[in-house]
Amino acid sequence: MKRLPIIAGGILISLLVLLPPLVYTAYGQDLLIKNGRIVTLGKKGTIEGGDVLIEKGRIKKVGRGLRAPEGVRVIDASGMWVIPGIIDTHTHIAIEGGVNEGTNSVTSEVRIRDVIWPEDISIFYALTGGCTTCNTLHGSANVIGGQNVVIKNKWGVSADEMIYHRAPKELKFALGENVKQSNFPSIGTQPRYPQTRMGVEALLREKFTEARAYMKKWDDYNKEKKAGKNPLPPRRDIQLEVLAELLQGKVRAQVHCYRADEILMILRLADEFGFQVSSLEHALEGYKVADAIAAHGASCSIFADSWGYKMEAFDAIPYNGALLAEAGVNVTINSDSGERIRRLFQDAAKCVKFGGMSEEDALKTVTLNSAKCLGIDRWVGSIEEGKDGDLAIFNANPLSAYARCEMAIIEGKVYFDRQAYLQKMEKLKEEAKKKKEEKKKSRTNE
Amino acid sequence: MGFKTFISVFLGGLLMIAGSLGAGESPQKADVYAITNATIVPVTAPIIEKGTVLVSRGRIVAVGAEVDIPKEATVIDAKGLYVYPAMINSCTILGLYEIGSVRATLDITETGKFNPDVRVAVAINPASVHIPITRGNGIALALVAPRGGMISGQSALIKLEGGTWSEMLIKSPAGMHITFPQVSPRRRFPAGEEDEKKVSKAIQELKDYFKEARRYMERREGAAQDASIPAPPTNLKFEAMIPVLKGEVPVIVSVSTEEAIKEALKFVEEMKLKAVFHGMTEGWKVVDELKKANIPVILSSLYTTPREWEDGYDAPYRNAGILSQAGIKVIFSTGDAALANNLPYHAAKAAAFGLSKEEALKGVTIYPAQIFGVDKDYGSIEVGKVANLMVTNGDALEITTQVRHLFIDGQPVDLKNKHTELYQKHRRKK
Repeated sequence: MKRLPIIAGGILISLLVLLPPLVYTAYGQDLLIKNGRIVTLGKKGTIEGGDVLIEKGRIKKVGRGLRAPEGVRVIDASGMWVIPGIIDTHTHIAIEGGVNEGTNSVTSEVRIRDVIWPEDISIFYALTGGCTTCNTLHGSANVIGGQNVVIKNKWGVSADEMIYHRAPKELKFALGENVKQSNFPSIGTQPRYPQTRMGVEALLREKFTEARAYMKKWDDYNKEKKAGKNPLPPRRDIQLEVLAELLQGKVRAQVHCYRADEILMILRLADEFGFQVSSLEHALEGYKVADAIAAHGASCSIFADSWGYKMEAFDAIPYNGALLAEAGVNVTINSDSGERIRRLFQDAAKCVKFGGMSEEDALKTVTLNSAKCLGIDRWVGSIEEGKDGDLAIFNANPLSAYARCEMAIIEGKVYFDRQAYLQKMEKLKEEAKKKKEEKKKSRTNE
Repeated sequence: MGFKTFISVFLGGLLMIAGSLGAGESPQKADVYAITNATIVPVTAPIIEKGTVLVSRGRIVAVGAEVDIPKEATVIDAKGLYVYPAMINSCTILGLYEIGSVRATLDITETGKFNPDVRVAVAINPASVHIPITRGNGIALALVAPRGGMISGQSALIKLEGGTWSEMLIKSPAGMHITFPQVSPRRRFPAGEEDEKKVSKAIQELKDYFKEARRYMERREGAAQDASIPAPPTNLKFEAMIPVLKGEVPVIVSVSTEEAIKEALKFVEEMKLKAVFHGMTEGWKVVDELKKANIPVILSSLYTTPREWEDGYDAPYRNAGILSQAGIKVIFSTGDAALANNLPYHAAKAAAFGLSKEEALKGVTIYPAQIFGVDKDYGSIEVGKVANLMVTNGDALEITTQVRHLFIDGQPVDLKNKHTELYQKHRRKK
């Protein structure tokens, strides 16, 4: 009988542990943004003096003269620009420890979701630039690096609560100089295979062939089992399992690439083995093979103007985005950095400068296009009814070099408010000063 | 005095040569340009609406709303456009860097602690693809600076036009570059006693070097005055230090953290040096001391995050505004070569966080010209100055602004570069 309280306690504790995340994901917050210049990037276009009403984390209404239900917080956005929360399609933030399992060329089994570090200050910095959603993925050390995770930059919550479960699973691939280890001589150690671009292709072909054989083993097993036989199950291989899922279309491929030749190679290989490259990451020479990329239907997640830092980056041009977009490719601008993530809106402006994209199309490269790239555009990327209440508020046109992000909102909750932040920092400073003085006093008293 | 005279004679001479060459090779018409109907932003004077800038033989000869346009002038109708002085990037590795990961293309960092005798001027590759790309965004002048060691070497102020480095040279040495010892700001763990000891030892070593150089200078001067005193054997490193010790060439001290800036201030005071500080990410924490020492500041890239979160997420952005409000001259730079064309956006970023737009513009035009001692010729649109001008379709510091024309030494410059050429080659035929 003494066990009962222990059992009851156990149930209570597990409820307490399990409930908060459930509650959290079920209910976002209510919020009304008033009188802003609402750049919806959706069917409603841009609304001057417009309002956005968010209910339980979702956008309930976009228009003019909306009224807040009782008790709902109202933010006056007069003179401000309200855009969809910025989405970064390529980051390595919020990852504990290394971003590469750099031992083997193929590590499809490792998962970023297992190593999310919610205290990485980069998450907060991302918010200060209006970035609300990130694709955080492995680096480019391996030909097959591992599985990504898409997070919402909910600064202050646990790792589990940050994960955006709606995002389809993706696998990171990498080609070119990094995987063939061109730029760091491995003195005293055996060079790792592959060391050339041809080795990269051969290795991929080998792995996909293995994955096919692995699928067949399971198919045979399942058939026999269905036929009432009692077959021995194949040994589970978590590395090949992911590749099999890729070939079955359950997992998508994000491929780090630079040169036109390797881009063509991976597209041909994907067509041959029947899988989808969802996005070409960086794709610095994408503009040279834009038609092939458009035909495959891959997005390009590129830098605005970074170039020249490596041999394979020497033909990169800032017109890449404009040329790819003209060919019909879905183009997004990424940061790949915990610093650049703070100014993606200004990188987007470079699409206007180089190649003359319209301002709206330029803004889409860091919002709606990014959502499409990650397969989450049904829920984020524009300000439309039914979508998540993810917004970024700026004091001016976000494409202006003089613009400043004032607020970042995720699912109706304000995660960054510049004015509140400044006040808080001021208060902290005063408190620290007081503490210092008190210490001094107590010392002199002694 | 002597140095200034030398420089102006030297520059004058250069200009005379350039002028006579120009006159000999091309018809007179090509030397006279009138940019009309433009909004002129002279930087050192109020904005002129619907104005004209008249350029003749490399120099600005008239600026204003009512300017008589001579018959021989080539007229550029700049209706709806703006004319600014072309910009100056105050710290780059242009000409020393081609491809980051390919060592053979890099000439930025010499080995060893003390290299006062190395001069970047002679290593600048005029064929670097980064030069026309930088120019493409309205940047006409750049400081090219060495890195590494403690005394990194002599920088050069160049114009981004010319077939050889000597043609490009405006001033060399522009400064003696010192990489001031400091505990690395990008550390995973706070600095320990060991690190701090290393740094203070390095500072002492730097001081000792300066003292030794001064003794060399004094011995040499003594020997020159008195034949009975033997002259020291020639030491080219110390020879290079003499103009620095005399205050004719400034030291440009790269330093970024609060503690190190304080140490650097003590250092330049003790060594009695004419100084400019560079980097200065935490300059805002040392504002009073900097003001007292009257030291101008060349900020390195604003694209960085604060060392400590307590500084505030926007500390690297606020920095310029705080320094400027205290009366310190703030100048902008990118530090690199591949994205040296991003210079105006760094200035604009500071303007988004407290710096006035006017000061931001001055930080890429007249202020650098002043601290490099070339404001008689560069940095603003004034009669008599060299015609380094950019014609844009909008605000000089905006990302979406296009540079339509660039004049260097009064001649229009081709804005084509590797990027535009690849763009044209791969554009879809409509």
